[in-house]
Amino acid sequence: MRRAEFVSRFLILVGMALAIGAPILFWSRTPLIHVSTAEAGGWSPDTLRAKVGKPLELHLISDDVVHGFAVGQMEMEGVNVLPGKVTEVTLKFDKPGTYTFFCTRWCGVNHWRMRGTIEVSGPSSEPEPVSVPQYVTLRIDIDAPHDSPVTPENRPSAIHGQQLKATLDISKFNNSDFYRTHSPYQVFEELNSTPLTDSEKWDVVSYIWQSHTTSEALANGKKLFAQNCAACHGEGGGGNGVFADKIAQTGEVSKQTMTGSEEMQMQKPADFTNPTRMLGASPVLLQGKILRGGMGTGMPMWGSIFTEQQIWDLIAYLYSFQFEYEK
Amino acid sequence: MAKIELTRNSFIKNILKDRRPQLAVFIVMLVGYIFAIMAGLVGTPVGSHNFSIVFVWIAWWAVLILVAVPFFGRGWCAVCPIPLPGEWLQRGAVLALPDKKPKWLNLRVPKMFRNIWLQNISFLLLALFSSVLLTTPNITGIVLAGMLFAAVGLSTVFERRAFCRYLCPVSGFIGLYSQTAPIELRIKDKQVCANCKAKPCYNGSSAGYGCPWDVFPGGLTQNTYCGLCMECIRTCPHDNIAVNIRPFSADLAKPSTRMDEAFKAFIMLGSAMIYAGVLLGPWGTLKDAAYNVGSSAWLVYALVFLTFIFAILPGFFTLGMLKTKSIVPLKKRFASLSTALIPLGLMFWVAFSLSFVLTNASYILAALSDPLGLGWNLFGTATATWQPMLTIFLAPAQTFALVGGLIWSARTTQKAAQEVKVSPIPVHVYSFVATSLMLWLLL
Repeated sequence: MRRAEFVSRFLILVGMALAIGAPILFWSRTPLIHVSTAEAGGWSPDTLRAKVGKPLELHLISDDVVHGFAVGQMEMEGVNVLPGKVTEVTLKFDKPGTYTFFCTRWCGVNHWRMRGTIEVSGPSSEPEPVSVPQYVTLRIDIDAPHDSPVTPENRPSAIHGQQLKATLDISKFNNSDFYRTHSPYQVFEELNSTPLTDSEKWDVVSYIWQSHTTSEALANGKKLFAQNCAACHGEGGGGNGVFADKIAQTGEVSKQTMTGSEEMQMQKPADFTNPTRMLGASPVLLQGKILRGGMGTGMPMWGSIFTEQQIWDLIAYLYSFQFEYEK
Repeated sequence: MAKIELTRNSFIKNILKDRRPQLAVFIVMLVGYIFAIMAGLVGTPVGSHNFSIVFVWIAWWAVLILVAVPFFGRGWCAVCPIPLPGEWLQRGAVLALPDKKPKWLNLRVPKMFRNIWLQNISFLLLALFSSVLLTTPNITGIVLAGMLFAAVGLSTVFERRAFCRYLCPVSGFIGLYSQTAPIELRIKDKQVCANCKAKPCYNGSSAGYGCPWDVFPGGLTQNTYCGLCMECIRTCPHDNIAVNIRPFSADLAKPSTRMDEAFKAFIMLGSAMIYAGVLLGPWGTLKDAAYNVGSSAWLVYALVFLTFIFAILPGFFTLGMLKTKSIVPLKKRFASLSTALIPLGLMFWVAFSLSFVLTNASYILAALSDPLGLGWNLFGTATATWQPMLTIFLAPAQTFALVGGLIWSARTTQKAAQEVKVSPIPVHVYSFVATSLMLWLLL
């Protein structure tokens, strides 16, 4: 019996030690990247390191709802990160620098805060030179009001504008720099010297804006908008996305607790269907807002995520909420 | 139906008398139990992919309420690992026979606690937090660990299995419903026990330990407090203990008159109904209130929960009693007739659990292959997707269970009413209304 007692005690102790030790051991040796809603902590860890040319294998797991993972400035489709399931992603970087990874699923009202960085080091430690955004070089105050004093009665038609342009000299408007640095209202003003009616002038403006984009760019802009902007701004651009009201409520709270300027309070997302707002905004101004974000308004900074071309595509799509383009 | 004595079979008898097979099961269960605690604490916080939630609240619960309790009564208590570490401390051995030296304080549990009120309270405490407990692995891990530590702690202070007998939230309802099970441990001949002076089944002997459940087997008439630990089979020098197969609900023919047991029946009946509403119903506000522990909505939920169980359910039951004339005191009538709620409540839990378990059983496959949520695929089933099972049979099976429970309850009511000489009609009406409400909640 003594031997049996000893064996029994040994088995119990070994069993207990295994049951306690094994989960701790496996858990500590499995480098998972956990993600949960921003309120519950977002990405953990939120800073990763990689080397140029060497694959970076990531094991992502959601601790609550479905999230998404993508890295900014890279041609990468977002991958779903499912609750309790490990999603494997392998990344490879060609250039050193700091990359931003972010959540691509509308997981909560603070979804847009869910970002992390990947520090990529490599043979060339010199980071790529960064071009200064045009709104900075042009000294455009992107926070200043930019309302259009006049707005069209009907949605301007690019098709009609195309018919009218045959009678006009609009060559200077074909210049890309001109287009980007002028708002539709400013171009409308430029057309005052023509015999066109106000409605016809807006149609020509609409045509000019269409001529600076392509159907592919608009499709890409639409896709980017649906994935990244519609949660707050609404699928129709009306500033009424599923999180719009919650952001405004959060803003009320932040307004009460902030000691700084009230202008910093969170606001309702911008309404892109509002002609007063949109027709007074130049593409460069919109680029600045997208690049930099809303500085405390709830609008995130997208400069580290979108490529320059993606931002121009997105801006072209934003104007389509005002103008009737050719299908 | 006559009883069939299983212990007549020498193979079964030898298995039950031998400590080693039971200890082997205990060890496996203990390892699984501790693994569940650890999985809850360090595994993925996503309940549907964590071993602790999936194997405790889906797999174990399914086995317990659909198989173990209805068919084996306290069969789970016979293999539950919770008392093992405490008993080791208490006895100074896990397999060896007693050396007559009491370990630790070895106190008797005070008389005021020798009932199931503490079990009623511990069950209600867990029930009030159930939405969080059933979905949050670390809370489950903490509760499981708490139960283990409580059992160990009580073993060092009190004699026998004080935790199992007086505090365990699960033991209380298993005991109540075990009265309906077709299995029992009883003495063969009363006279043999009467003539036995040493009573080793209760006091222990060199052949084994005194009843860990603080029960004298010679006086056993109900399954409620017999933990089927089989210790008395080992200690009885007269071979006077038998394990029998018997008709279902044999114990209910003689209704209990204890208020703690009567209220246990109401607690279980009411909890099944509230769970059906909260966990399976379409009411988001109710789910939120139950989940947001500590919020004002939760406080209202807790108040409604307790009011339903302690005032509304027993209140209407008492009103029924008052409508009938009897010379038997109201308290005794109340307690005796509440026996009718035992089969009714059991079948409420079976019906509720069918829905809960069949909806979530597919999580077992994924959790089996990746119990901690670390990306493993041990058995190739980690990618199994969630899929409700046997949905076509669910509603008929639930209806069958509830209607069957109502009929079973009606038969129990008839017997209990005869015992206390009152009309059974108010209890029939009560059971019918409760069953209709449960049918509405589930279907």
